[in-house]
Parts: sequence; C-alpha cells; structure tokens
Amino acid sequence: MDESYDVIVLGTGLTECILSGLLSVEGKKVLHMDRNDYYGGESASLNLTQLYRKFRPDQQPPSQFGRDRDWNVDLIPKFAMASGEFTNILYHTDVTRYLEFRQIAGSYVYRDGRISKVPSNQTEAVSSPLMGIFEKRRAKKFFEFVQGYDFNNPATHQGLDLNTVPMTEVYKKFGLEPGTQDFVGHALALHLDDSYMTQPAKETYERICLYMNSMARYGKSPYIYPLYGLGELPQGFARLSAIYGGTYMLNKKVDELVYEDGKIVGVKSEGEVAKTKAVIGDPSYFPDKVKKTGQVVRAICILNHPIPNTADADSIQIVIPQKQVNRGHDIYIAAVSYAHNVAAKDYWTAIVSTIVETSDPEKELQPAMALLGPIAEKFISVSDLYEPVADGRADGVYITKSYDATSHFETTCQDVKDVYKRVTGNDLKVEGKVKKQEEGGAGAE
Amino acid sequence: MAARPSARDAAASLNNSATSAGGDAQNAANLKPIQVKLVLLGEAAVGKSSLVLRFVNNEFQENKEPTIGAAFLTQKCKLDDKIIKYEIWDTAGQERFHSLAPMYYRNAQAAVVVYDITKPASLDKAKSWVKELQRQANPNIVIALVGNKLDLEATARGVPREEAQAYATEAGLLFSEASAKTGDNVMDVFTEIAKKIPLDQLLASRGRAGGAASGSGAAAGGRVDLNAGPGGRNAQPGGCAC
Ligand SMILES: Nc1nc2c(ncn2[C@@H]2O[C@H](COP(=O)(O)OP(=O)(O)O)[C@@H](O)[C@H]2O)c(=O)[nH]1
Ligand SMILES: [Mg+2]
Repeated sequence: MDESYDVIVLGTGLTECILSGLLSVEGKKVLHMDRNDYYGGESASLNLTQLYRKFRPDQQPPSQFGRDRDWNVDLIPKFAMASGEFTNILYHTDVTRYLEFRQIAGSYVYRDGRISKVPSNQTEAVSSPLMGIFEKRRAKKFFEFVQGYDFNNPATHQGLDLNTVPMTEVYKKFGLEPGTQDFVGHALALHLDDSYMTQPAKETYERICLYMNSMARYGKSPYIYPLYGLGELPQGFARLSAIYGGTYMLNKKVDELVYEDGKIVGVKSEGEVAKTKAVIGDPSYFPDKVKKTGQVVRAICILNHPIPNTADADSIQIVIPQKQVNRGHDIYIAAVSYAHNVAAKDYWTAIVSTIVETSDPEKELQPAMALLGPIAEKFISVSDLYEPVADGRADGVYITKSYDATSHFETTCQDVKDVYKRVTGNDLKVEGKVKKQEEGGAGAE
Repeated sequence: MAARPSARDAAASLNNSATSAGGDAQNAANLKPIQVKLVLLGEAAVGKSSLVLRFVNNEFQENKEPTIGAAFLTQKCKLDDKIIKYEIWDTAGQERFHSLAPMYYRNAQAAVVVYDITKPASLDKAKSWVKELQRQANPNIVIALVGNKLDLEATARGVPREEAQAYATEAGLLFSEASAKTGDNVMDVFTEIAKKIPLDQLLASRGRAGGAASGSGAAAGGRVDLNAGPGGRNAQPGGCAC
C-alpha cells in the first residue's frame, strides 16, 4: 500500500467500478478501496443475512424464505435499457463476458386506477386499453412524426423545430389528451416530473427514441437485467480493472485524505499512506465536499406471488405518473424474481420508489403498495441524494453522484462521462477500448 | 486471444491421457464443445497463474507478471465422445488483499483450489476456500485440491502429502500434488476434473435454461446475448424505432 498510484478510487459502487475499469484499461495505475468487506456499496445486492443485518439487526431471517444463497436483493432498483449507453459500455469493455442478462418481461403504466401494459408491438398497440379509438389515431400520427423526424431535413419537421419548441407545443399540434401526454412523457420518455413540458422537445424526443429502440431490440420490454442481481455489475467492472492491473482492497477504512497546498497527495489507511495525484470516490467518503439535492424513499418488498394483473410476469416495471396520484413525482415499481436468481423459488422482490415530497415518505408509496397484493415482508429506506460542490479540478478530488430515482443506468453513465472528462481532460470514447476476446464467453454458445 | 502455438501440445497430451476409454475421434470432431467454467482459488503466490499457463500454453516463466487483459484462457479437452472446453478464470490478483468477488466463482462447474506444499498456512487458506465454495457455489461443482511446487519437495516440503490427502478425501475433493515448474501432474488435474463433471446433467440443464449453467430455478427463455453486439438485430442507429 506504501506506493504511488495514478488514481485512488474510494468505494466500489457501479460508477466507481466503471471508472476504475476504464482508467486501468488505459494503463493508469489504480488502487481501489472500499470500507466494506463486499463489493458494490450502495449498488450491492444483499443475501438474506446481509439484508436483515442492515434493516433488522435484532432479527433472524424467517425460515420460510429458504436458503440465504438464493437471495440477491438490490438496494437501488434499476434496469438496463437494452439499447442504452450502459449496454454500450458493457459491450465495448467486454464485461458482458462475465454476466448473463435476461429480459424484464413487461413494462406497465398506471392510468385511471388500473395498470396496463405498454404496448411492445403493433398488435398490442391496436388492442391496448390505454387509449380510445380516436386518440389512437392521433397518437399514431404523433409516433409517425417522431419516427420520421430528421433534424437535418426541415421537410420532416411539420413546422416544429424540436431544438426550440417546448413539448407542450408538440402535444398541442397532435391534439394528444392529458392521459396520453402522461403516457408519452412518463411511461416512454421516463421523465420523473412534468418540468420537461416547457423545455425544448429535443430531450423528450431522444428519450422516446431510446425507449423505442430498446423495446425493438428484444421485444416485451425495453429493459434487461443481470442474473444474480445488480450487484454483479460493479463486480464485473472491478474484475475488468483488476485484469488490467488494478489493485483491490476491501474492508479497508480510509483514515484521512492527505493534502499539500490544497491538492490531494495521498490517502491514509491503517497507518499507511498511498500516494496519488487524483482521488475518485462516492459521496460517503467526502461528507464535507458534497451537498444534499433531495431524498428518495424505497420500499423493498418480498412477495410470494407475481404482481396482480401482470399476466404472472416474472419481472416488470410499473410507472405511476405523478398526476395520476396527485403528486409532483412519479412512483416506480421494479419487480424481479427467482427467474433472475435473485430470490428463492416462487418468490418475487418488488422495489417501490419515489422522490420524497412530504414528511411521511412511506405513506407517499401507498398507491403503489396497493398494487402489489399481499406483502410477505418489507424494508423501508429513505436515502439522501448527494452531489459534489466542486468539479475536483482544484484539489484533485473527483466525487461521483448518488444513484438517483430514475429507473435505468443512463444518468449513471452520464456521471461516469462527466467524472472521466474532469479526471483525464478527454471525452470518453468507449468504442474499441478493449481488445475483445473473440472466443469463449459466459453466455450460451 | 491471439494464437497460442503451444496450446496444441497441451491439448494433445491431454487427449492421450483422457481417451483411455477410446473415443471415436471422427465423431468427437463433429461435436460441439461443452463449455465448462473453471476457477482458480488459493492464497497469493501459491502458483495458480503458473498452473494455468502450464496447462494452456505448456510453459513456465519464473516471476512472470499475469497476462494483462486476459479475462480468461480457454483450453479444450477431449473425453471419450465429448469435447470439453474449459474457460479458465484466473483471479487477476484480487485474492491478494482478500478482495475476490463472489461473481468470480458463481456458476463455476469446476474449481482448482491450490496450496503451496512448502507453506502450511496456504493449506489452511485453501480449506477456507473450499468451505466458501461449498457454501456459495453451484452445488454440483467439482473441486480439485492441488498442492503445487512439488519440485521443491526434497528441500522444503512443509505439508505432508498424507495430511492433505486425508483432508481431501474427507471433504470429497479430487487431490494431487503437482509442479507448474516441471509440469508434473498438471495435465492430470484437468483430466480428472473432466471425468468427474456431470456432463449429461450439465447439458440437460442447459437445454432447459437456454443458456449456460444456472443456479436455482432460471426458467426457460428470456436470456439475451449481449456479446452479439451493441446494435442488436433491430437497432436503428440514429433513428427511432417507433
Ligand atoms: N519452484 C516452483 N515455483 C513455482 C511453481 N509454480 C509457481 N511458482 C512460482 O511461485 C510464484 C508465484 O506464482 P504465481 O503463478 O504468480 O502464483 P499465484 O499468485 O497463485 O497466481 C512465482 O514466482 C512462480 O514462478 C512451481 O511449481 N515450482
Ligand atoms: Mg496469479
């Protein structure tokens, strides 16, 4: 440990592990430490013993839940968009070799007191109860417009320059009902609130495309999920880093960050100092260099049945658009099951989450909890979200953001890119990063 | 991986030892290899990477740094009428500070747990790895305990063969002493593992799961192969698949 490193990374959450992997691949000498004796930090998946130790330290897991090893319970609910940036990074770093993915079986949206499947193809769209017959015609025109839109060809714009017009104008032009607007803005574009309406429509357009392209890739839903839980993801990138020479130390407390003239020069742990010019880490390692930006409440629920009205799906996402339940932010349900090797046979785990708006966060989840049917056990957490106060260029300390309330890893990738640029001065280009192994692979052959 | 010229020799010598039952070579050549994930475990510096390099490339290099960027090495092994393709995961040094991730041995069908016959403490560490595998890994995993550095036996043996053998028998492990340096017994380790892996069961479960080996209850279908490329069959770069 008494050595010099190009970068020292603190915390083995997904963001830190991706960065560690990318920097090692580029030949940087990386030391990666975590105060916990397991990988993943906030993005770990826990077995039953770990889960109870965290939420119910005075209680043993009940025997009805079966073997410890069958459980890998996520703390933060996220799925990967099949055609998103995260999947792109996985592929180009060859980390896909260590993981197996499975589709999420369906994506649902809540409207007028019931849930309906987000259509995944033409046939489903035609028979979907989400819109009446006339509204379907208007929506069809809207989707044809989106599909045909080309920023370089004004003939496709129908008078709407998406770089400048707000989304409200686009909705107005196609005469979409408020319920359809909820569907487009929240179930497809996955906005968490309605502030997007008055922003230029371009971002919403891009989000709709991301959803549609992801849906088109494997069908059923736009999401994929790693077998054995999200905790596999940081482990995969940590292995990438190690294979390119990164040094890993778990169960390693950080005593002190050592500065000279206001610049980081080392990290002190258990009496020894590792020298470095740059430190990357999650907010928990730098309480005096981060600010709170909000709070997320999450209920981890264990069920011994599929979620009602989902055709017994082994996994689903449900979006409850804010307006449908008189809120300012959407509520999400993310459910996975034994089919993903994250729960004992015939068990599901559903995480219900939203951005906190009141002083009784658990109560805010109520409309979503009511959709789950009988709940065998639930664990509630309220987490503060943090981001760095400075970009790190002055002191060499580059801090990542907390995992937000979005349902996928696209904002995590944005954070990876931001930190990468701040640390290296370059834009991240992931294509061709790793010489890919052409044979073998953990997947089917 | 790039071409590994010496891999042929290793495979050839394996074939000799593995086909005592007399497999039909013509028939075997047409068979699809059965992929088997094999992991190395054991204390740092007992010779795990050296054993892999001996097996895969039939070479030994004193103080060789681990191959940068090699996620895993592969080596085929012919057994009767089947071909096994070992996908060998080395630790990438993550065992050095007790930081090996559970993902590493997840779904492994075989594990080689290595100790150094000159270092009694390394056998204790090996035993704790065996325990961890029995607790966490695939229940059908085939585990081989290997005492490495047999070439140093005359001058520096610290672990009596009988002691390790007795432990292995009791714990239900394959056992041998070997030397990555001289190559003694190295091929046999992998051949013996190949013979013990329940291949029929493996193939049957894969048929059901539609993918590689799975733990509890993965239902059929729904697996996606991301190695096929980021674009996927339906992706429309720059466009929107509405
Ligand atoms: N004498 C002798 N040395 C060995 C043998 N196998 C490995 N070594 C040496 O032991 C050291 C550690 O080997 P390595 O393969 O890196 O161990 P690992 O950390 O378990 O992967 C190196 O210096 C090797 O050259 C062996 O069979 N005999
Ligand atoms: Mg090694």
